[in-house]
Amino acid sequence: MTAFVAFLLVLGLGFDTFFIGVAGGYVPVGTIVALLVGAGSSLASYYHGDRAVLLATGAQRVEDLEASAPEADRLKLRQLANVVDEMAIAAGVPRPAVYVVPDPDPNAFATGRGPGYASIAVTRGLLDSLDREELQGVVAHEMSHVRNLDVRVMTVVAAMVGAVALLSDWASRGMMWGGGPRRRDDDDDREGGSGLAGILFFVLWIVAIVLAPILAQALAMMVSRQREYLADASGAELTRNPMSLAHALEKIEAADAPTRAIGRGAAHLCIADPLGRQMNVKEGFWADLFASHPPMAARIAALQQMAFQRRDL
Amino acid sequence: MILIPILLIAAIVVWAIASYNKLVGTRNQVQNGWRQIDVQLKRRHDLIPNLVNAVKGSMDFERDTLTAVMEARAKAQGATGPADAAQKEGQLTQALGRLIAVAENYPTLKSNDNVKMLQEELSATENKVGFARQFYNDIATNFNTAQQVFPANLFAASFGFKPVELFQITEEADRAVPTVDLSRKPG
Repeated sequence: MTAFVAFLLVLGLGFDTFFIGVAGGYVPVGTIVALLVGAGSSLASYYHGDRAVLLATGAQRVEDLEASAPEADRLKLRQLANVVDEMAIAAGVPRPAVYVVPDPDPNAFATGRGPGYASIAVTRGLLDSLDREELQGVVAHEMSHVRNLDVRVMTVVAAMVGAVALLSDWASRGMMWGGGPRRRDDDDDREGGSGLAGILFFVLWIVAIVLAPILAQALAMMVSRQREYLADASGAELTRNPMSLAHALEKIEAADAPTRAIGRGAAHLCIADPLGRQMNVKEGFWADLFASHPPMAARIAALQQMAFQRRDL
Repeated sequence: MILIPILLIAAIVVWAIASYNKLVGTRNQVQNGWRQIDVQLKRRHDLIPNLVNAVKGSMDFERDTLTAVMEARAKAQGATGPADAAQKEGQLTQALGRLIAVAENYPTLKSNDNVKMLQEELSATENKVGFARQFYNDIATNFNTAQQVFPANLFAASFGFKPVELFQITEEADRAVPTVDLSRKPG
């Protein structure tokens, strides 16, 4: 988070120092405007994003499905509802709404800005391939996303990425039109904008403009990966059974096909990357930088360590 | 110059207020967690007659097991005080465990969808009781820790915060591995 804020301030301050000049005074106009715009657009997704995602994936409430399902299916759906109830009790949060997405690939996601406003959805494929214990592990992981307010975290992160991209855009445009920083050759009492420090700051600022959107995206993915590890650990804390989630992840990885029902916007909320991107499968420097989820093998290893079933590291 | 001590005192006061409020909030959550266990236990009491009725027809030979469950339930409902309740609920858990294990021995019962649904409900209820106790212990541990860490422990006791007890097993029998006798063959 601090790296983000630092970035934003560098861009904004540069903008103000070089283009607004004395009139701007100490008020960082550029930064404020960028933050306001980012905040405005992200508030909308924060309050209504969950309903949008559920509609887009075609999710159906588990209660509605139970009423019209055949006998054998009803047991599975009842197990899902009970598992969610159990995890809500273990977490001490109000019971979230439960949905089923009609997709044969196993996956699950949680939306909603916090406990009390949350929804958890699992795909048909997940219901069919996991047993009760593994289902409980996955639901615990999703419940932990809700409890740790990850939607709020990722919304703020997305807003910051947007603001960084905006500012860098304005700055590069301003540079093309404005023609560079104004230098006052005959003004003695102005410190900034002249001298070695000024030039250094200017160079840093150019580098920041060019790299800003890329680095911001990498930072956002870094946050997303850490939150996934946190959700794994918090889920294990709820079930006190890390191996159940480890087995579930193994089964989900084995399936490996992309989940067509879940689109790009909801990708970061899922337990496994639904787009089937190569980045999340390969390991290595660039893959590690831009993947929204940690590599499955690393997640399973971490869970096995929690269960004292793995010695190294 | 006099601004600095004033700011310092103001910061300490704000911190003290925030700390106190957090302790109050956690104490209320602890009490809520304790009552939630009762909610799940009551739910279990209400569910048992349904299960016994559903299996009674097919499990004629297991009349002892069925009666044991109903008797244990009646005793648990009439318990006096928390220590007594804990003991009686433990005995009810054991009786139910025997019933679920014995029912596995009946193939016709196992394939009946109604019974499967009821078994699922019963397992879920036992799980919920367990998770309610787990949540209570987690939140009680948080509360105790919040009272005992360094800055807060200076004033926690003087504001009336006391460490709470965690839920624990009182009967040694509950810790023993349950024995189930499956040697009786169904007729």
